[in-house]
Amino acid sequence: MDESRTHIISALILHKPGVLQRVAGLFTRRGFNIENITVGTSEQEHLARMTIIAKGDEKVLEQITKQLNKLIEVIKVRDLNPEITVKLELCLIKVHTANEKVRSEIIQYANIFSGRIIDVSPDTLTIAITGSPEKIESLIDLVRIFGIKEIARTGPTAISRGTKTM
Amino acid sequence: MKGGEAIIKSLTDQGVEVVFGYPGGVLLPLYDVLYDSDLKHILVRHEQCAAHAADGFARASGKVGVCIGTSGPGATNLITGIATAYMDSSPILAIAGQVATHLIGNDAFQEVDTIGITMPITKHNFQAMKAEEIPGMIKAGFYIAGTGRTGPVVLDLPKDVQEEEFDYDQAPDIDLPGYKPTKKGHPLQVKKAANLILNSKMPVILAGGGIILSNASDELLKFSKLVEAPVTTTLMGKGSFSEDDKFSLGMLGMHGRTVSNYIVDECDCLIAIGCRFSDRTTGLISEFARNAKIIHIDIDPAEIGKNVDIDVPIVGDAKNVLNNLIKIVSNKNNGNKSRNAWLNHVVKFKNNCEPNLLYSDSIPLKPQQVIKELYNAISDDTIITTDVGQNQMWMARYFSTRNPRKFISSGGLGTMGFGFPAAIGAKIAMPDNDVVAVCGDGGFLMVCQDLATIKEYDIPLVICVFDNRRLGMVSQWQRLFYNKRISYTQLGQSPDFVKLSESFGVNAERVEKPGEMELAVRNAIKSGQPYLIDVIIDADEVLPIVPPGCGLTEIVGEYKVEQKTPGEILYKKNKKEIGGA
Repeated sequence: MDESRTHIISALILHKPGVLQRVAGLFTRRGFNIENITVGTSEQEHLARMTIIAKGDEKVLEQITKQLNKLIEVIKVRDLNPEITVKLELCLIKVHTANEKVRSEIIQYANIFSGRIIDVSPDTLTIAITGSPEKIESLIDLVRIFGIKEIARTGPTAISRGTKTM
Repeated sequence: MKGGEAIIKSLTDQGVEVVFGYPGGVLLPLYDVLYDSDLKHILVRHEQCAAHAADGFARASGKVGVCIGTSGPGATNLITGIATAYMDSSPILAIAGQVATHLIGNDAFQEVDTIGITMPITKHNFQAMKAEEIPGMIKAGFYIAGTGRTGPVVLDLPKDVQEEEFDYDQAPDIDLPGYKPTKKGHPLQVKKAANLILNSKMPVILAGGGIILSNASDELLKFSKLVEAPVTTTLMGKGSFSEDDKFSLGMLGMHGRTVSNYIVDECDCLIAIGCRFSDRTTGLISEFARNAKIIHIDIDPAEIGKNVDIDVPIVGDAKNVLNNLIKIVSNKNNGNKSRNAWLNHVVKFKNNCEPNLLYSDSIPLKPQQVIKELYNAISDDTIITTDVGQNQMWMARYFSTRNPRKFISSGGLGTMGFGFPAAIGAKIAMPDNDVVAVCGDGGFLMVCQDLATIKEYDIPLVICVFDNRRLGMVSQWQRLFYNKRISYTQLGQSPDFVKLSESFGVNAERVEKPGEMELAVRNAIKSGQPYLIDVIIDADEVLPIVPPGCGLTEIVGEYKVEQKTPGEILYKKNKKEIGGA
């Protein structure tokens, strides 16, 4: 049997209402195990790019790709090779700052992870960080002891390296 | 032009001559246009029947069938028919009314999210928010429904859009950049398949509904003779290859013929064309065709490798790929390796387990006898539709279909109530062919109100109700797998089908003795009027079956010619069998 691993699927879809519903419905109906979906505009005005993170063996992946391709509003689907793919996520973390010491400690951590402080209030700091999901996890783990009030993550989006496009 | 007029004009431009429908509040503008239109509208008595009739129309003719229902309950009543068409890849366009655009989302009267509901059961669906979108959507709808792997398309049509004025000639076409069905098989794969077939010793062809959808029966016949392979079919493939042919093995699967199930188990090369390896066809997947290399030809790439692992996949249209295969195989001399031994073995095996049709004195009637008499009474151009359940499987098993599009049945969804309305559609599509609907008493009662339709429009079709006052198939499973606890599958003595039919003005008679069926069917067809035959059959007759969770060769209850009476089915529970459906 093939090994089960995490796949990054990039899909170009028509930028129209209802397409996300079609894709989401397809995944539920076929019982595909999807970890994350992000959608946003692409280089072409009428197309949106969807990045899907899914776990499964080759057979499952093949079905996901084929079933996606069957949707009339899906233009192109690719399983991105993880070795030549940049995968980034944006995460916003609102942390409780009990005192001045904690505040400077959090700022230092944020700096180490190339995060930015995007909002300050008397007893919270909000960090914005981009990076791989693993990097974001590490920062979250570090600041957890101070008391995380809220986290908002976009989920990863991805693009292949080099001149080649999908 | 108004939106409503544009619908009719667009349909007519697509060559539509007849639609099946049921009006309602939001469809008033459309029906107002229909009033003066040349487009023929058949008023059914339930929207489900409109969808099934459009489906039957499509299956009998190969053209896209059209049905119409109003918003809300009209649309939800269409759903069963749309899902049926979806599972069997039948091309229909279902037009559903919708509340006016400014009311959408307000939970308005008779509002339902038709687009959301039909998303998982259509090939595609459209909602027209402006009248100018209508011509493009109908054109695209027909194109999507009728090409590639065919299937149902829904058009959701708000009331105000039907009344909106627009310039028909300025209406934009719909661009479909994401829809490019593959027709031609990849030449290298086709070559690979040809080599595999030529080098095999015991090839078998499994023909599915794709052969019928792509009108490839002639090619299939030619190909099978060329490569000397016997042909088995799925339920949907029934009719793609004449079952009176010496090398036809009949249907494969749970209720398949023993010879099919064994020969597929034995073969070393399975050439599957236009089928999707459903659980009802394969039995226990790990046991399926375990000695064979499998070639799978299908127009839908997602079907390849979905259920069964494939050695040589070919994505393409059955007719196209078969023609290419024929070309390659004809040019290659395979050293004259004759397959006589294999074919002799197959024919001998087939003759040894020919199903028993000799029940000429049984009363109550055995379905086998009824089917034999039905077969004798009709021509090979008669279109048969069936309902779902025992009646369907008896027909699939004991009735020999000789031509494509002459056996119409709900396969994937298994929709009770399909047979009768599908026959209406088939008769409208093919007025010169005789049409016989074989129904069970359970399924027929679900749609019997449409007797009014065939009476009002004088649609001369013959309905045979296989009447055992049971939900036979479920009851059979209860007997075999649930300790004979017959839970809610006995239907009692109501109604009297003859009187029911006569109350609609449809002639009817009851058949109870051997010999009567053949005569009744002949007379019914000759009458040129709608006709119902209530056939009282033996409620205890059961079908041979591959128990769930078993391989195809574990079929039980097949009787040989020399056994005159079936007797009790010998069924031993085994560990793999865990019930299920």
